[in-house]
Amino acid sequence: MIGKKIESIQFQLLSPEIIRKMSTVRVVTPDTYDDDGFPIEAGLMDLRMGVIDPGLRCKTCGGRMATCPGHFGRIELVRPVVHIGYVKMVLTLLKATCRKCGRLLLPPEKIAEYKELLLKEESDTDETALEIIAKSKKVSKCPHCGAKQENIKLLKPTTFYEGDQRLFPNEIRERLERIPDKDLEIIGINPSTARPEWAILTVLPVPPVTARPSITLETGERSEDDLTHKLVDVLRINQRLADNISAGAPQLIIEDLWDLLQYHVTTYLNNEVSGIPPARHRSGRPLKTLAQRLKGKEGRFRYNLSGKRVNFSARTVISPDPTLSINEVGVPKAIAEELTIPIKVTSWNIEDVKQWIKNTEYPKANYVIRPDGRRKKITDLNREEILEEIEEGYTVERQLIDGDIVIFNRQPSLHRVSMMAHKVKVLPGKTFRLNDAASTPYNADYDGDEMNLHAIQNEEARAEAGALMLVEKHIVSIRHGNPLVTPNQDHVTGLYLLTRNNSWFTKEEAEYILSSIGEKKLPKPHENGMYHGRDIISLIIPSSISLEFENGLCLKKGECKKDKNSEAYTVIKNGKLKRGVLERKALKNILIKEMFEREGPSVTREFIDKATRLGLATLMIEGFSSSISDSDLDEDTKKKIKEILDEAEMKTEILIEKYKKGELERVPGKTLRESLEDLIMIELTKARIKVGRIVEKALGYGNHLVIMGRVSGRGSVINLTQTSGCIGQTALRGKRLLRGYRNKILPHFKEGDISARARGFIRSSFKDGLSPTEYFFHAMSGRDSLVDKGIRTAISGYMQRRLINALLDISLKADGTVRDSAGNLIQVKYGEDGISPMKCKGGKAIDIDKIIEETK
Amino acid sequence: MEKVFEAYKDKIPKSILEEVIEKTKGMNKSEIKKMLEKVREEYEKSLLDIGEAVGIVAAQSIGEPGTQMTMKTFHFAGVAELAVPQGLPRFIELVDVRRAPKMPMMWIYTKDPKDYEKTVEIAKKIEELEITKIAAIREDFIKKRIHVLVDMDKLKEEGLDFEEIKKRLEKAVRKKAKVEGENDIVFDLKVSTLKALRRYTNKLEEVRIKGVPNIKKAAVIKQDGEYVIQTEGTNLKGIMALSDKLIDKRRVRCNNVKEIEEVLGIEAARETLLREAKAVLDNQGLTVDVRHLMLLVDSMTASGVVRPVGRQGVSGMKSSVFARAAFEETVRHLLDAALRGEKDGLKGVTENIIVGQPIPIGTGTVGLIMKKK
Repeated sequence: MIGKKIESIQFQLLSPEIIRKMSTVRVVTPDTYDDDGFPIEAGLMDLRMGVIDPGLRCKTCGGRMATCPGHFGRIELVRPVVHIGYVKMVLTLLKATCRKCGRLLLPPEKIAEYKELLLKEESDTDETALEIIAKSKKVSKCPHCGAKQENIKLLKPTTFYEGDQRLFPNEIRERLERIPDKDLEIIGINPSTARPEWAILTVLPVPPVTARPSITLETGERSEDDLTHKLVDVLRINQRLADNISAGAPQLIIEDLWDLLQYHVTTYLNNEVSGIPPARHRSGRPLKTLAQRLKGKEGRFRYNLSGKRVNFSARTVISPDPTLSINEVGVPKAIAEELTIPIKVTSWNIEDVKQWIKNTEYPKANYVIRPDGRRKKITDLNREEILEEIEEGYTVERQLIDGDIVIFNRQPSLHRVSMMAHKVKVLPGKTFRLNDAASTPYNADYDGDEMNLHAIQNEEARAEAGALMLVEKHIVSIRHGNPLVTPNQDHVTGLYLLTRNNSWFTKEEAEYILSSIGEKKLPKPHENGMYHGRDIISLIIPSSISLEFENGLCLKKGECKKDKNSEAYTVIKNGKLKRGVLERKALKNILIKEMFEREGPSVTREFIDKATRLGLATLMIEGFSSSISDSDLDEDTKKKIKEILDEAEMKTEILIEKYKKGELERVPGKTLRESLEDLIMIELTKARIKVGRIVEKALGYGNHLVIMGRVSGRGSVINLTQTSGCIGQTALRGKRLLRGYRNKILPHFKEGDISARARGFIRSSFKDGLSPTEYFFHAMSGRDSLVDKGIRTAISGYMQRRLINALLDISLKADGTVRDSAGNLIQVKYGEDGISPMKCKGGKAIDIDKIIEETK
Repeated sequence: MEKVFEAYKDKIPKSILEEVIEKTKGMNKSEIKKMLEKVREEYEKSLLDIGEAVGIVAAQSIGEPGTQMTMKTFHFAGVAELAVPQGLPRFIELVDVRRAPKMPMMWIYTKDPKDYEKTVEIAKKIEELEITKIAAIREDFIKKRIHVLVDMDKLKEEGLDFEEIKKRLEKAVRKKAKVEGENDIVFDLKVSTLKALRRYTNKLEEVRIKGVPNIKKAAVIKQDGEYVIQTEGTNLKGIMALSDKLIDKRRVRCNNVKEIEEVLGIEAARETLLREAKAVLDNQGLTVDVRHLMLLVDSMTASGVVRPVGRQGVSGMKSSVFARAAFEETVRHLLDAALRGEKDGLKGVTENIIVGQPIPIGTGTVGLIMKKK
């Protein structure tokens, strides 16, 4: 599969010789195309540097636009200039070496000493080099030839001075040439790949035209690449400088032009050098030159090299479909017809392949690839012809069909379960469909979310995706070892209704529910001739499961077991639900976790698939709706709530009174005011919780909203409280509101009023409606949380990028050690025990108690 | 019996084996054998797959819930003029390995943590007290004298001795002092210029009467039924130099990773880093397996010094030029690589993605050789 493999890539400076050798043309004309739109010879678009116009041929390789990779040219600079990226290196070298003889300014014995040191411990080369440089810089007399060392200064960005005397690049170059190889080695420069004088440019390589293509606008006008613009500038000044020199112009003018050439070469390399104005386009936009092309998020490295665009992918809106398995994804027919899978023709599948080619409707083959690599689209005209010639060795690209494994993804891809493999199910409609139980790892909802789908293009990848990436393999998260893929929302509500104490069903009803999972056998009816929901759910629980636990409905820990009729204590014995209900906590944290551990992915997947369908079928029978009147409260309750709120407000008044009198006790470490704020906050929060309890009680446990809240199907008790009871304290930065006008938040209050109402306590409920001031308070805290969320995602995003980048090379090796790509040992044993976080039990490797119980 | 366990020494990690030994007490030999075999089986089933990209998994597992972390600061009871960063800011602080956290703190246990009185007494002893807090320093420019006016009430409150303070001050400036009135310590300095006088004043102002330097505050709080001294400001070295009779040195905690590294070494720093990172996540109610955090702190400390996550640390010291260039400071890394004549061996993930080759991790580490029949 993999033909050639790149083993390593060597970095080095280009010497003038190499630049000349690799160049195909010496560019002299600062122009691109002639009036006919044909590239000018020896111009920047010379045909020897590659072609970008269809129809023309490259003069170097003879290739066309698609086949010619492009070739380098060169500009011979009349006078040398400094490479802006190496100014610092040039400066240190000038300072650290003798101005006359070029040797490092250290006595020979010292040099030998360092050389030995570097041979001994190779680890600290950088530091040693810095030390050597620092020492040499201070020397004022050369220990080799005795020459006096004048101070060298850099006037940023590229002008050097020796004392008061300007050092021109040609002098600098001469000096750098004098530094012997052996002295370079010990200061961290490899002379075989980077002679320092190469950093003083005498020849400038001109990148191939393919790297700086010009674009033709609608008007027919040609627009050149930024690099081409810059190279034109360089060429022009180079020419003027040459003319002036040969005309014998005064030194001053030549120096000015020389500086200008330096400026253009500098900005050609990097247009964001501090100290000089960036070169600009006619429109005033700064040019994007070499360094800018590579740098940053939109640069070559991060945008094109670390992240690549792909073919065979699709994207559309998602919507839920409970009839699908969590392992499946519903693909619109229109997409299935467009995405293809390459199938190699063999003697075993040639009949199938022929059928696909014959088909004129879905599922058909879209393309044929001949053994020589030629692609052919199958059309009505050539279908017969292709059928004739097809044989082993051909590859046929057929449309997606049910059961194909594809990769499904939702951005932001924060963790690995943001990309999982699904099996295709081609469906009518225009959206991707997925079982809602599988939405959690993607963090998806259906308010317009879009997701991507990738059709896998080879057997190896397909096998890998099927073995490692299927949703069922990721039911339990590797982050914490708890299930992520579990029945959600309405599934939970339905399962609760199914497993309640009094959920009796007639035969017809039971048959209807079971038909949703394709189960034909009914469980045994009870004496009353009815079927209980627990018997129905028991049909799909594996018999190896035996559990006993307090579920999420339990209010008083440890007491739910005693009450024989309590639904809050769940008992499963050998796969039979004997007692209690299944709600979210029971399902997610206990039942599915246990099942995944014992029975593995596919059994658990089947359970989730069936459980979700049972839940929904139950809802269909029982009926489950809620209206606004479900959150209505009777007068009596409203009065009670009013009393609680009045009391709370009074208590805060008392606290404030105490505070003003100075009777309030200070919490250690806090100011008096802070202590007061704390106490008020506690008081008001308490009030809201009390209101919540009253609301819950008043609406009754049979209320659909309460049911959903309690089983964690949808919404929560807090939502209910705020709808019918009281919204409670709004917070800004985690404190009561405190900013606005001077000593008050809105003009409606008295200055210095710190009572509950004046500082953001909202007494009203959403249903009663908020008063204007309350409305404003609510909006304040709403905006606060919005802003907070915004900055948080930005900060945590950067943290994650850093974390990933720091750890991405680390993997578990075959000997059980954890190492990075350079082979550095990170851990002797992964996590000190080698256990996968996905497979561990409550943080420990093995649940020994359980084993003891089982072996007994 | 010993022999039975011995046989499994290399097959099961020590911690698990110990638990088995503990829990199977009183069982007979064949039962234990059966147990051990089962444990080994379970253990091997739970092992992580070879080649697994544990680094990426760890980074994602820590980073993904990052969006759910709060940015709020928190006030500790006891000491808190400053807000203590929690959640995301604190986690970033740890990962960055700042020289000093925004709120450096220590927790010190006494020898008898149930004794409140004694704990308070020690806390007072530790807390840094500068002369300026209990006395006013006045300069007399005409007579070239410095008056130190001690606040006797405060002196009493702190339980200090007047003579003791005088001695301390004398020692600091190496001059004898006189006492005028009941609370005025006078230094009669034979100096000619005002500048010289001011020099003495500055010296006097810096005099520490008692306590450990840099411990700005020490409060006693109750934690799990024990009294703990919680301090604002850290000085691990200073605290560790205290007498063993006063404090339980083995239980001293500190939230400044860099300081721990300097004083106690890399292992202690790793442990602190792990503990603090875990505390942040637990505090936010986020569940992340410790193994992920361990991997993070191990990679930060593997080189022997604590390296931050980011361009100055772990990422910036990678051996691959491409990996460094793709992270941050692209141009600098490329230029330096050319100068040094570096060779990228394409051993890591980033490099291979850049050149378009399969990555050497996970299934990419495995080859398949088929024998032709």
